[in-house]
Amino acid sequence: MRLRRKRALWRAFRARRELTLIQDNTSRIRPDDILLICTLRNEYVRLPFFLKYYRDMGVRHFLFIDNDSDDGSRKLLLGQEDVSIWHTTASYRTSMFGVHWMNWIARKYCHEHWTLTVDVDEFLVFPFCDTRPIPALTDWLDNSGIRSFSAMLIDMYPKGPIDAQPYREGQNPFEIAEWFDSGNYMISMNPEYYNLWIQGGPRARLFFKDDPKSAPSLNKIPLVKWHRDYAYMQSTHMLLPRGLNLVYETEGGEKASGALLHAKFLNTFVEKTREELERRQHYAGSREYLAYHSRINDDPDLWCNWSEKYINWRQLEILGLMSKGNWA
Amino acid sequence: MTVGFVMLVHTALHRAEQVARHWATHGCPVVIHVDRRVKKEVYQPFVDSLSDLDNVVFSKRYACDWGTWSLVRASQDASELMLSRFPEARHVYLSSGACLPLRPVEDLKHYLAARPMTNFIESVTTEDVPWTVGGLDSERFTLRFPFSWKKQRRLFDRYVHLQRKIGYKRKIPDGLVPHLGSQWWCLTRQTLSAILEDPDRKAYDAYFKRVWIPDESYYQTLVRLYSNNIESRSLTLSKFDYQGKPHIFYDDHLQLLRRSDCFVARKMWPKAERLYATFLNPDVNPMKGTEPNPGKIDRIFAKAVERRVMGREGLYMQSRQPGHGKGHGKTSAPYSIFEGFSDLFEDFDEWLARSVGARVHGHLFAPERAEFSSGQKVFSGALSDHAALRDYNPCGFLTSLIWNTRGERQCFMFGPRDTQDITWLVATDPNAQISVISGAWAVTLFRSNLSFSEIRREAARLQKIETQHIDILRSQHVKARIRIWTMADFIESQMEPLQAIIDEIGPRNIRRLTEAPRMRDLTGFGQFLQNLKNQGMKPHLMGDFPMGNEPDTRPRSNKRPYLVK
Repeated sequence: MRLRRKRALWRAFRARRELTLIQDNTSRIRPDDILLICTLRNEYVRLPFFLKYYRDMGVRHFLFIDNDSDDGSRKLLLGQEDVSIWHTTASYRTSMFGVHWMNWIARKYCHEHWTLTVDVDEFLVFPFCDTRPIPALTDWLDNSGIRSFSAMLIDMYPKGPIDAQPYREGQNPFEIAEWFDSGNYMISMNPEYYNLWIQGGPRARLFFKDDPKSAPSLNKIPLVKWHRDYAYMQSTHMLLPRGLNLVYETEGGEKASGALLHAKFLNTFVEKTREELERRQHYAGSREYLAYHSRINDDPDLWCNWSEKYINWRQLEILGLMSKGNWA
Repeated sequence: MTVGFVMLVHTALHRAEQVARHWATHGCPVVIHVDRRVKKEVYQPFVDSLSDLDNVVFSKRYACDWGTWSLVRASQDASELMLSRFPEARHVYLSSGACLPLRPVEDLKHYLAARPMTNFIESVTTEDVPWTVGGLDSERFTLRFPFSWKKQRRLFDRYVHLQRKIGYKRKIPDGLVPHLGSQWWCLTRQTLSAILEDPDRKAYDAYFKRVWIPDESYYQTLVRLYSNNIESRSLTLSKFDYQGKPHIFYDDHLQLLRRSDCFVARKMWPKAERLYATFLNPDVNPMKGTEPNPGKIDRIFAKAVERRVMGREGLYMQSRQPGHGKGHGKTSAPYSIFEGFSDLFEDFDEWLARSVGARVHGHLFAPERAEFSSGQKVFSGALSDHAALRDYNPCGFLTSLIWNTRGERQCFMFGPRDTQDITWLVATDPNAQISVISGAWAVTLFRSNLSFSEIRREAARLQKIETQHIDILRSQHVKARIRIWTMADFIESQMEPLQAIIDEIGPRNIRRLTEAPRMRDLTGFGQFLQNLKNQGMKPHLMGDFPMGNEPDTRPRSNKRPYLVK
C-alpha cells in the first residue's frame, strides 16, 4: 500500500509538466483557509452558481484545472482573486481522470488545509449546512481528530425529459433537478482499501439494471485535511493511506457524513453525452455514457412514482442517506 | 460585593477580549491567564486591547496541556491574584476563553448575593460518576500517569495496564476523599482562600501533580475539607460527548441557549457571530429566569451521543456499516415471511392483506422479478423490481426495503425457487417472523404443465434447496421467530396456525379470523407424490401424505370454520 501511494505520488509529480499555471493567486492562501480543487472542461454555464455556492459556504480559494475548455470558462475565471487556474491540453484519461493533476496540486498547495475536491456539478450538503459554514464543520472535525469526511453522491434529476427545462447561467440547478432516489443504494466493503463501495440511484436503476456491477460508484470522500503524503486513488472514491477511507462506523453507531448533490442530469447532459461519445475520455471507455446515450434517446425520464423531492439536509438525514453523527 | 472572573485562555483571543470586556465593564474584576504557548506577537496586542480597563489583570503564564497539573497551577496563580488584588470579589468564577455569559451580569450578581456562602462546584465521589474518559475513575487517584493520554496513548495504556497488573497503588493523603466534577466552578472567597492558604497545600499539590486530569478533581476534592455549603453543580453549562470532548455551540443554538436560563455556557464556536452579538448586548438580551434549566439542551446532546454510539437500527449507509454481530438489529422493523402458503392457497396474498394491516408482497426474490405488492415496477425508496439488480445485493435489497417502509409492516412470500442469499440474514434477525409449510412447492409443480421428467428434476432441485434452507432455520444461531410445518401437518389443522401467525403480526387485531384462505384443489396430489417416489425420488418435506386420491380437505376449506367466540 505504501508503494502504491508512492507510485500515485510519483505519477502526480510527473503529471505536473502537463499543467501550465495561467493564474496564480496562491500567495493569497492563508493558513486556515478552506480550499477547493476542481477539474473542468467546458462548464461556462455552471460556473457562476458553483462559485457562489461554495463561496457562501466558506471556501476561501479555488484551484481549477482547466482541461482545455473552449467555451469561455477560462475567461470567466480569469481575474477572480480567489481563483488559481492551471491549463492542460493533456488527455483526461491518461491522467487517470484528473487524479494525477489533483494529487499534484493538492500536494503542492493544500498541505494542512481542509481541501474539498469536487466536480463542477457536485454540491456538498452536510449536517447543519443551512446554518453553519464549512469552517464550522472542519473546526469540529479537527476537534474530534478526524481527517476525512464522507459525502456520498446523490444523483438529482428532473421530472420528465431531462432536457425539457434548459438550465440558465447562475441558476440553482436543483430548481430543475429536484428529485432523487432515496433508498435503493447497494453497499459493499472493499477489503483492499477499506472503503465502502456504494452503487445505486437512478443510474443503476435504469442504465445498469442488467449489469449492476458496472454501475457507477457513489461513495466519495471529498473533504480531507490534506497532507502532502496523501493521494486520491480513483476520483475521490478512495484515498491512501487507507485509514482515511474508514469514514464509517462498524460497531453500530453512526459517524457524521454529508452528501454531494449531483446536478448531472440537466439539458447540458444530453450535449455532454454526445461529446463524450466522440472523445472517449471517461472511465472504462465511457461505458457509462454509452449506456446513457442509448437510454436517453428512447426514454429520457428518470423520474418514478417513488422518487423523493429534495427539501433540505434534514430530509436526507431522516432518510438515512447522511448522518449528524455526534455533531449537534 | 461582586463576583470576580478567572479566565483561562489559549485560542480565539479576540472572543476572550470581548467577554472579558463585557464582565469588566459591568463591574466584575477579571484575571486572565493566557497559555504560554500563545506567541508574543499575539499575546501583546491582546494585553494592549484590554489595557484601558483597570479591573482586568493578567496572571503568570504557564504552558498548559489537557489533563495535566499545569491547568490547576494556572488557576491557582490567577485565583491568588484575584483574591489579593480585588477585595470586593466575594465569589470567584473560573471560566475559559470559550465561555459566554447568557444572562445579564446583574442577574448573576443578584443570584450570588442571595447565596453569599454557597460554593457552586460539581463534586461527586468517584463511585458515582459514569462519565469518565478512558474508564478511569478511582484509579485516577491511585496510579501514576507520566505519559500524555492524547499524544502517547499507547504508552499511557500500557503503563496503566502494568500498574494494574503488579497492583501498584499510590497513597491518598490523609483526610482527602477523592471527588470529581466539572472543572468550571464558582467558589466563595472564604473557601477559595482556605484552599489556597492551607498549611498542607504543598503536600496536596505534590499529590495532585501526579493525578490524572487534576483540574477535574483538585478543587472538587479539597472543597469538601473547608466547606459544608456546597451546591454540587456547575453554573457553567458545558456538555461532553462520548469521548469527553465538549460539545460546541453555534448560531443555530441561539434559541436553545436563551431558554436554558444558564448563567454561562461553553464552548462557543469562535465564529458564532450571532451568539456573541446577542448575549453580550445587554439591551437585546432578554433572558429572565430564576433557576438554570438546561434540560432541552441536555436532551439534544444526549441524542447526538446516542446516534454516534448506537445509531439507527437496521440502517446501512455511508457512515454506518455494522460489522457481523455488531449493532443491535439487522433490520429496522418486524416483517413476516411466508413460505409455501401461496403454493397451497389460492390468492393467499389478497387474503393476507385483508386479514392484517400490512403491506403484502408476492415472491420478492422470485427469479423473474421482485413481485412488489400490486405489481408495482418500482417500490418505496425507488427500489427496482429488476431481478439482476436485486440479486446483485439481495441482503441489501431486503434491509433497504424494510428501512424504506418504516412504519408499515412488510410481508412477503418466499420459496425454494427464489434467490436464497437472504436465508442467513433473516434466520438470525430477531425482526423476522418466518412461517414455513415445507414441501408446498410440490403443489405448484403438481399443477404445472411440465413433462413428468422435468417435474421430477425440478422437484429434486427444489427439495434440496428447501432442505438446506430449513437446516439453517433450525440451526442454533437462529434469532428469528420461526414456525415450520410439514404440508401434511398444516392441512390437518389450518386455522390454528394461521390464527397464531396473524395474531403475532397485529396484536391489535383481536377479531378472530372469519374467513379462511381457499386451499387449492389437491385431488390426485397423493398419487402425484407416489409417482415421484416411483421414479426414484423421495419427497420427504411434505410429511406423511395419505396415498389415496383425496387428502380430505375440500369440504372443510369451503365451509366456514368452526369458531368459538
